[in-house]
Amino acid sequence: MGGCGSAGREAALIQYTLRRLLGAIPTLLIIITLAFLLLHAAPGGPFDVQKRIPPAIEQNIERMYHLNEPLYEQYFRYLGDILRGNFGPSYQYRDTSVNQIISEGLPVDLVIGGLALLGSLLIGLPIGIVAALRRNTRWDYWPMGLAMVGISVPVFVVAPILILLFAVYLRWLPAGQWDNGSISHVILPAVALAGPYIAFVARLMRGSMVEVLNSPFILMARAKGLPEHRVVLRHAMKPALIPMVSFLGPAVVGVITGSIVIETIFGLPGIGRAFVDGALNRDYTLVLGVTILYGVLIVAFNLLADICYSLLDPRVRYQ
Amino acid sequence: MTREPRGVIATEAEAPLAAAPGRSLWQDAFARLRHNRAAMASAIVLIVIVVAAIVVPWISPYNYYTPQWALLDLPPTLRGWHIFGTDDLGRDLLVRVMWGCRISLMIGAVASVVSVGIGVFWGAVAGYVGGVVDSLMMRVVDILYSVPFIPFVIVLIVMFGRNLFLIFVAIGAVSWLDIARIVRGQTLSLRNKEFVEAARASGVRGPQIVWRHLIPNLVGIVVIYATLTAPAVILFEAFLSFLGLGVQAPMTSLGVLVSDGAGELQSFPYLLIIPAVFLAAIVYCLNFLGDGLRDALDPKDR
Repeated sequence: MGGCGSAGREAALIQYTLRRLLGAIPTLLIIITLAFLLLHAAPGGPFDVQKRIPPAIEQNIERMYHLNEPLYEQYFRYLGDILRGNFGPSYQYRDTSVNQIISEGLPVDLVIGGLALLGSLLIGLPIGIVAALRRNTRWDYWPMGLAMVGISVPVFVVAPILILLFAVYLRWLPAGQWDNGSISHVILPAVALAGPYIAFVARLMRGSMVEVLNSPFILMARAKGLPEHRVVLRHAMKPALIPMVSFLGPAVVGVITGSIVIETIFGLPGIGRAFVDGALNRDYTLVLGVTILYGVLIVAFNLLADICYSLLDPRVRYQ
Repeated sequence: MTREPRGVIATEAEAPLAAAPGRSLWQDAFARLRHNRAAMASAIVLIVIVVAAIVVPWISPYNYYTPQWALLDLPPTLRGWHIFGTDDLGRDLLVRVMWGCRISLMIGAVASVVSVGIGVFWGAVAGYVGGVVDSLMMRVVDILYSVPFIPFVIVLIVMFGRNLFLIFVAIGAVSWLDIARIVRGQTLSLRNKEFVEAARASGVRGPQIVWRHLIPNLVGIVVIYATLTAPAVILFEAFLSFLGLGVQAPMTSLGVLVSDGAGELQSFPYLLIIPAVFLAAIVYCLNFLGDGLRDALDPKDR
């Protein structure tokens, strides 16, 4: 981006990216190890049942899932499996692999989360810009006060009220279920999930816009006699948007992991719900798989956000 | 022989330096905070809620756990002073909401103290010692940043049982990362200030410098982040309670009340709306107060 892409800068960027990628490997390894040890240290096993099962059957089950092996062997076997992209069989659902559960659930989260994030940008950005331009007027106070409400009211309060209003009283939209992602089933969950993010985006955008509008180059643009809309759209917009990039990395992860509540309320078959069910039923492989998936997503999106940030902001220097 | 005069110089040097700027900064900040009407209103609302949460369960004839089978799902009424009504077991909602406020505020307070404590210690040591120690400690923070926080807490609670103490510790232990980063940054810039150099030149030891010179200068930023961590923690507890992983019945929290109320929203909306209003009010006011403190203490904005 920009005209200053000298060869030295590009080389530095590639080096920086490689270094960050290499740095991500130990991080992921530590997350996997931590999760693995935590689950195995927990009291109670996945096959503890009320009624006593014959020891022979118990041994068979343990052998089948390699639970009879020493811990380090299980650990390295698991690491090897993950490297091949195999999260193993689910303990809870017979004949179902964790990969299957994830590949069925993830699209749900991606659709809802993607829509929520897109919506929050489309609504939050203009609100933030207007608030910054009309600083300390009612165009600033009221939307920002409302944004604070958006942050303070939890999703699980907003969602039932939305259902009551639009599904029960008005009967415009269905109250839940996925129905293969038909538009009418997606709207309410996405709106409920987007609420706090609209507020975050608006507040962040206001802050960075205020900062940019106070900087010397905007004074310069105004001194040249440019009309205000040109000052805002041509000069202030781009630098003010840069901080949004570093917000988007964690936000993507946030909408994906944060949809656990949404999935519960609307009865959606996403991975968040599968995760909570798995944790309650001690489905170790499922919990481990989803935790690692979340970890990978966090590392990947933070890395992506950092790289985009340094691409967009010419002031960034890599040591 | 050399020790005694050293100590004398040190105490003389640090007393005026630590006290003088601190007082004026706080007076300044307080004056500015008083002019911030939103922040002051938030503080008043918070005080009212705290006092009510302490007093109401104490003076009320009702408790939070005894069912009254003749008074199920009573809408708000003056009869028997059930001004918030009763829940599906006939328990007085006012008392239950006040108990919910107690638990939620307590979780907010304890978890923020835990997270601020760890964060300040970690950040101040990393920033002050610097070098390899700094990069190692910050590497740990980086790695913990990548740990999927919500799943981890859920796993912890599911695996090791749901007691209140574990919830406090789990939430506190994972929310110190931001504070550690900010404190480290501040410490790095403070470390090279003249008064620290003066203290070091007069022979004050490292831990003493961190404790007497660096941490007092970090108080402002720490107060801000504690105020902003508390609402996040309260919301997180509510989230856990909503998933059925929070405090256990008959004890209650605002999260439990909200999630119970959500189930009966259609017939008895007040069961959701009243606790939700209290939850939102607490979080809203803490957020506004934190914002107000930040504006008041931020030297950039003067």
